[in-house]
Amino acid sequence: MEYKNVLTTCVYCGSGCGLYVQVLDGEIVGVLPVKEHPISRGKLCIKGWNATDFATHPDRLTTPLIRDGDDFRAATWDEALTLVAERLLAIRDEFGPDSIGVLTSAKCTNEENYLLQKLTRAVLKTNSVDHCARL
Amino acid sequence: MAEQDTLIEQIRAHVEDKLPALDGIVALRRTSEGTASYLFHEGDDLSQLVLNPRYPLSTTVSMLQKRFPEARFGIVARGCDSRALVEMAKRNQIDPDRLYLLGVACTAEEAEECHCATPAPDIAQWPQAELLGTPVEAGSPNPIVAEYDAMPLEERRVFWKQQFSKCIKCYGCRNICPVCFCEACALENPAWVEPGVLAPPFPTFHLIKAMHMAARCVACRQCELACPSHIPLTVLYDLMRRDVGRMFGYVPGDDLEALPPLSLTLE
Repeated sequence: MEYKNVLTTCVYCGSGCGLYVQVLDGEIVGVLPVKEHPISRGKLCIKGWNATDFATHPDRLTTPLIRDGDDFRAATWDEALTLVAERLLAIRDEFGPDSIGVLTSAKCTNEENYLLQKLTRAVLKTNSVDHCARL
Repeated sequence: MAEQDTLIEQIRAHVEDKLPALDGIVALRRTSEGTASYLFHEGDDLSQLVLNPRYPLSTTVSMLQKRFPEARFGIVARGCDSRALVEMAKRNQIDPDRLYLLGVACTAEEAEECHCATPAPDIAQWPQAELLGTPVEAGSPNPIVAEYDAMPLEERRVFWKQQFSKCIKCYGCRNICPVCFCEACALENPAWVEPGVLAPPFPTFHLIKAMHMAARCVACRQCELACPSHIPLTVLYDLMRRDVGRMFGYVPGDDLEALPPLSLTLE
């Protein structure tokens, strides 16, 4: 019988509204707006109110998938990341850095977005990096 | 403030006394993450128990009672929480016999801010209840209601059309409402509300909600506080409540025994 509210930030856009995930005995049972939040001040849009729907959705991916012909096959993170790294470097070397563009995400933290632009500029050697929340 | 400090100390002491006999007490908890509803257990740090900002704690009680049909919970309840619980009890959303209600009287400033007519729980009607704090006078009525009353019909229509056109259909007013608990919501029925279209149909969307609030809305103001578009929803529901009061003599949240007029009419 443990009921609590866990503070988090809405993942759906770059506004950064505060929401509480209501948790009962380890299970998500709802969402509440954060009334003292400096940005959202106790308000949410329809996405924030439903921000936890995907958390336990049966269609949610729980492992990386690698395209295999017309299909996908489950892979480990090590295998998937190694493949991505090898292919990106091969494309960069063969077609030049500006053949690659990187789109980052509002679902990440600022720090993750910082790291992604660092990777884009320092490793992939291109300035073609942008963010969906800048649209 | 000194009086408030004393009140919160009294509440914490009462909660500490009652916790051993209960399966937990629903109240607000302030931590470094902020303030939200929480189920306090024996041994929890009660210095974290606070009274603001208000959340609909009655909804949490209902959810917990349904999940644990044998459990006995308590709640630290303001007048609005108590009124919501009254309407929920009539509709089988909570069981008063399994609830200990620790009532808290709001301050005069709080009553004024909410334009609250009954800023303290009426503990006499609850099987197990106590009241802390001194009940204050009702807050003044919402001045927008008087302004609205002074408008000719056409102006009223324009007023609501303008207000409802701001709606972004977040459903926050419904989600946070302690007396909105239908499993199938008319506002999600495409026959009434076409999905993916803004603003919602005028005046259907908000008047469906208003009709469903008749004899239910306990004026807790949570809907208005949750509205990202600053629609004066309490004005709409104040008007509904006034009509229901005049026509049926029914005041939502007032009396645990009084049957809502819709139930009586259907019988």
